[in-house]
Amino acid sequence: MQQELLLTVIIFILLFLKLGADNIDSKKLMTLVNVLLAINLAAGFFFNQSGSLFGDMFYTDHLLRLEKSILNLGVLIISLQSVNWLSKHQHAVEFYLLMLSTLLGMYFMISSHNILMFYVGLELASIPLAAMANFDLDKKRSSEAAMKYIMSSAFASGLLLFGISIMYGVTGTLSYEGLREVASDSPLFLFSFILLIAGFGFKISAVPFHLWTADVYEGSPIAVTSYMSVISKGSMIFVMASVLFHVFDKIFFTWYNLLAVLAVLSMIIGNLFALRQQNLKRFLAFSSISQVGFILIGMTSANPQGATSVIYFVLIYIFSNLAAFGVLSLVSTEKGKETIDEFKGFYKTNPALTWILAIALFSLAGIPPTAGFFGKFFLILAGASKNNYVLITIAALNMVISMYYYLRIIKAMFMDANDNPIEKVEISLSPKIAFVTCVAGIVITGLVSGVYDYIFSLVR
Amino acid sequence: MNEIPLSHILFVSTGLFFIGMYGLFTRRNMITMLMAIELMLNSVNINFVAFNKYLYPEKLDGIFFTIFIITIAAAEAAVAIAIVIHLYRNHKSIDVEDAAEMKW
Repeated sequence: MQQELLLTVIIFILLFLKLGADNIDSKKLMTLVNVLLAINLAAGFFFNQSGSLFGDMFYTDHLLRLEKSILNLGVLIISLQSVNWLSKHQHAVEFYLLMLSTLLGMYFMISSHNILMFYVGLELASIPLAAMANFDLDKKRSSEAAMKYIMSSAFASGLLLFGISIMYGVTGTLSYEGLREVASDSPLFLFSFILLIAGFGFKISAVPFHLWTADVYEGSPIAVTSYMSVISKGSMIFVMASVLFHVFDKIFFTWYNLLAVLAVLSMIIGNLFALRQQNLKRFLAFSSISQVGFILIGMTSANPQGATSVIYFVLIYIFSNLAAFGVLSLVSTEKGKETIDEFKGFYKTNPALTWILAIALFSLAGIPPTAGFFGKFFLILAGASKNNYVLITIAALNMVISMYYYLRIIKAMFMDANDNPIEKVEISLSPKIAFVTCVAGIVITGLVSGVYDYIFSLVR
Repeated sequence: MNEIPLSHILFVSTGLFFIGMYGLFTRRNMITMLMAIELMLNSVNINFVAFNKYLYPEKLDGIFFTIFIITIAAAEAAVAIAIVIHLYRNHKSIDVEDAAEMKW
């Protein structure tokens, strides 16, 4: 509970700051917020209590604390990267208020031990996110993205709620422990379970529930896009893994087939659409859809190795995706360029940023010395434990396809000639810290086996 | 007078849910689409209250859930309407067909 309380305190500090002072110096504010977030991240490792609260609605243990700390790290990196964008924006405090309230919602969602708590956390995590998508106030695309996001998330939560209500009607209980005992494969229960999976699928944007993803990612400001694609998606993956593994473990064969279909569709469709994108934000949206397919493959294993590999991959995914988004954010804020053609010859003018983006893309593609390789390796290894080699073969083939479009960007940056490449972009201190963290994370998480072992030791 | 059977209420709520879904998919006006979403959420409310009263009257889980859904739906509508108003200022229209700058 301490992590939630600390975050609430930070939210209130920012709120009073906003109410108390009329015009705050945005540079000082950024420093303050980043220090607070760093304290939040560091403090997460010192609390060690586990147990349940509120009549068994809220439950926490070491693994869940680690998941929250991973999300904290991601939020800190995003905050450091978006300093340049936010210091020009007149509503910086509100941005942090909204972002931290969604983070609080994700905490409650991760710690939920009752469907009611899960639903409240889910909505707290998704409603402010729609307001954040609208944060480029003078851009048409931004408000269009916000509209698309709130409509589809409201529709998704409608489906989810209909599923929950039927599940309540069949079983008469809403707590995870009660559901675990009465879960059966009666038709009505399965119907409600499928609706529940549809609700999950919308949030992690697995195909066929992905239609909102590309538009929302392209229209939102880049800080929000990276938040959605990494933190929001990652938290939902954590919740999905723990709910499927610990609540619905009796109907494993049902959700094994469901997840296998979702995984295959996500990988293939995500890859095929990523091939034809020109806008880098949209490209990363489709690549994140196909990454979700790989995560779902790891999730089909339903054993501790699977749970570990999923959490481990989300950690790596945070580092690599945020490095890519960080470069994009800098270039787009300073120069307003975000298509692949404009990135041609980027190496001539910005070698450092090119290398960061290249390492991030290598990690996303899964090329050996980077952590992405180990992440995908463990996911597929876990998926193979069920001896369904057709699924694993499809995953491996999709990795080859994905290699093509990641390398296409690297080729454009390093090899293609361009008469007027993007000029030199200055990297100020805070994005520099973020980049160093990301690149160090990409390299170290893969090579140091202690990370995987540590997560494995915490998995129940 | 006889009590209304549970199945009748479930017919109503399921019908309401799919009417809401149909409305969401066919209407082009954003405010109407929001109203359709409210229909879906309200059908869920009916479900919860009916299940609670008919099947599990000893506990109040369903009623609690309904109260939370009503509250959250109000918050959601508030944010959604704020976004629609902002969209109207930018696009001068609340028809979803006009808000289609991004495709594929």
